[in-house]
Amino acid sequence: MSVLVYVEHTDGNFKKSIFELVSYGRSLANLLQTSLTAISIGDVSDDALSSLGKYGVDKVLKVEGDQVKQFVNAAYAAVIAQAAQQQASKVILLSNSFSGKGLAPRVAAKLQAAYADGAVALPELKGTHLILKKTAFSGKAFALVELQAENKVISLVPNSYQMIENPKDVIIEGFTPDIPAGDFNTLVEELVRASDKVSLADAEIVVSGGRGLKGPENWGLIEDLAEALGAATACSKPVSDSGWRPHEEHVGQTGLAISPNLYIAIGISGAIQHLAGVSASKTIVVINKDPEAPFFKVADYGIVGDAFEVVPKLTAAIKAFKGV
Amino acid sequence: MKILVCISNVPDTTTKISFTNNNTQFESAGVQFVLNPYDEIALTRAVELAEETQGTVTLINVDEAQSEPTLRKSLAFGAHEAIRINAQARDAWFVANQIAELAKSGGYDLILTGRESIDYNGTQVAALLGELLEIPSVSIAKKIELSGDHVQVEREIEGGKERLRIPLPAVIGATEGVAEPKIPNIRNIMQARSKPLQVVEPIDVSAQAQIVGFEQPEPRGSVTLLQADQTEELVELLHSKARVI
Repeated sequence: MSVLVYVEHTDGNFKKSIFELVSYGRSLANLLQTSLTAISIGDVSDDALSSLGKYGVDKVLKVEGDQVKQFVNAAYAAVIAQAAQQQASKVILLSNSFSGKGLAPRVAAKLQAAYADGAVALPELKGTHLILKKTAFSGKAFALVELQAENKVISLVPNSYQMIENPKDVIIEGFTPDIPAGDFNTLVEELVRASDKVSLADAEIVVSGGRGLKGPENWGLIEDLAEALGAATACSKPVSDSGWRPHEEHVGQTGLAISPNLYIAIGISGAIQHLAGVSASKTIVVINKDPEAPFFKVADYGIVGDAFEVVPKLTAAIKAFKGV
Repeated sequence: MKILVCISNVPDTTTKISFTNNNTQFESAGVQFVLNPYDEIALTRAVELAEETQGTVTLINVDEAQSEPTLRKSLAFGAHEAIRINAQARDAWFVANQIAELAKSGGYDLILTGRESIDYNGTQVAALLGELLEIPSVSIAKKIELSGDHVQVEREIEGGKERLRIPLPAVIGATEGVAEPKIPNIRNIMQARSKPLQVVEPIDVSAQAQIVGFEQPEPRGSVTLLQADQTEELVELLHSKARVI
């Protein structure tokens, strides 16, 4: 009855969030006094699969073949549910990534499982139930969710659990699921991934701009600082609503909720809807010329000053610090 | 084309969140409830697609009678009818099963939801419906276009996007980019008053998960303020004190 963890990959590589998920899985397996099995779907080298052992995976089930080359949530859910049944796994873990969010409920439904979406910590055990902490009200609060069904599915928010080394000799086994043809109805026509930019959803550092930047032509300020830091760029709702930046960069209550280690807000006043989506950031820096901006009240560090003056200096200071 | 839009009644985005009953219940006193903003996007797109195809839009909501003002306001966006399943939404599994039960006999070509409700942020119902109805689902779509008996959807992925072609019927969860909601005019609001709003009783489904408590985020320590020329000091603090660079 090992814990089963689905290890999502990008072109055969695992992101940091998957090593965090595997570390979480190891800790949970220890709590439940059981082993940790990973399931990998699609083409991933045995070297990459073995690297999961560093963070405590005992066994990997490997599913390969043309059928599963591309992610289709219905088909992948069938694979994961079958693996869970074969391994008699009662707890299944996934990343709360964009794909994971579409996949986990389908896995849960197939197994009649209780599902905790977006857990941010290890569960508390209550008999055979698990109690998970997750964000609610778009980051304004946390909810404690008790999973009461026999089978349980948990998705973990990236950057909410540490990578912990716990080396194991991994056994890699092939696994051949039986997937109904109807599960492949969805056709992936095109997949575009910008390889030169840091993805906002898993970024450790995010530089974000608001209306204080005055117009899209000034976004070079944000981009230069982000580049110096190896950060992703984001923006406030008025900025994406005005078409200065694309919607996918909007962080806040009705945009993406993020939890980076460092969030730098430039020219953003800090409306309650914006704070909701970024308050899980570990450290917040606010740069704003208005000393009364509400964002300063929830910041760790603040500079009251004109962004056009402060940001280039900060970029230069970061470059000097990094020695470039 | 027949379109079903699943909607939730949620606290307005400006709400300060607090709890009662030893932090086990959301304090709804004095809170303004509204149509979930992502559902508003889904509904706006549904009305556009129904206009393109001379189709209809049906709203569905699992909630007690308190959600009816929001249902009426939602009808003013151009939906044709509304169904309220008269039950407290216990968890996403309960809600999805109630909607699936009605959708099975409804003959809907397309089911739209918002990507998540802004109260419990589950992103569960679209994918659960897909599974319960054995049809394709996309949970977070940025674009939804019809193409014959298929729907073309652009979905967000980390650092990029994916374009999908999906046979109907299907369930799609909408996010920003799908449509721009417009505030209904007085005529729409007047018309919405006489549109059909049917109340049906729930089927018997047990919840799988239960919220047993809430916590407020821990307050941050007070802010360290620096002068506009102290950027080097800031870098030093971020490195040696906050340890984030």
